[in-house]
Amino acid sequence: MSKIQLISDTIDEAALVEAVRTPVAGAIATFAGAVRDNNKGRAVLYLEYEAYDPMAHKVLERIAKEARERFEIEDIAIAHRTGRMEISEDSVFIAVSSVHRPAAFDACRYAIDEIKREVPIWKKEYFEGGEVWIEGPGDCEHSHGE
Amino acid sequence: MKVKVQLFAAAKELARTDRIDVELPEGATVSVLSETIGRQCPELHELLPVSRIAVNQEFALSDLQVHDADEIALIPPVSGG
Repeated sequence: MSKIQLISDTIDEAALVEAVRTPVAGAIATFAGAVRDNNKGRAVLYLEYEAYDPMAHKVLERIAKEARERFEIEDIAIAHRTGRMEISEDSVFIAVSSVHRPAAFDACRYAIDEIKREVPIWKKEYFEGGEVWIEGPGDCEHSHGE
Repeated sequence: MKVKVQLFAAAKELARTDRIDVELPEGATVSVLSETIGRQCPELHELLPVSRIAVNQEFALSDLQVHDADEIALIPPVSGG
């Protein structure tokens, strides 16, 4: 299976964990990003993710490569969903294996932070009474230009 | 020369199209392209300063020259994850 996935179906998280498992790796760290039912005080109904597909795939590949270069990891797999996402569904999943746990934790954190900054994917939030494109990474308020 | 610029997300909705054609002088840079988009599509005026331009699926610096065969996209602030 491909270790970099941009897909509209449910992410097969167990398969990604197995994909990075190797005999020398004593640690596998994972991160799952899930759809929250609230944002900035609004009751969220669902999200729609849009991607610039070919570039998004390339940037995910680059992030995986950079994680391998920066951290002592054995392997990394990243999956990101596109299309409509319901509450509590995972929109992104990262699995990293390493000999010892610090590298896997660090690479996992690095990968999700870079994904939020660099991958051309946008989410539109549908809430009670409206819809809005979310601009910029993170869970806090971001002003333009940040 | 004429370049095609793909639009996504908020940019696509504001311009009401997923692609615009932009007429540029030969050797125009990314920053010239961005200024020209702003003049051609005033509805993108507020989004442009916070957006990036991708050329051939890579984020481009403002002084990069663009060519008519390039794959160009306007990338509003991303919000994946």
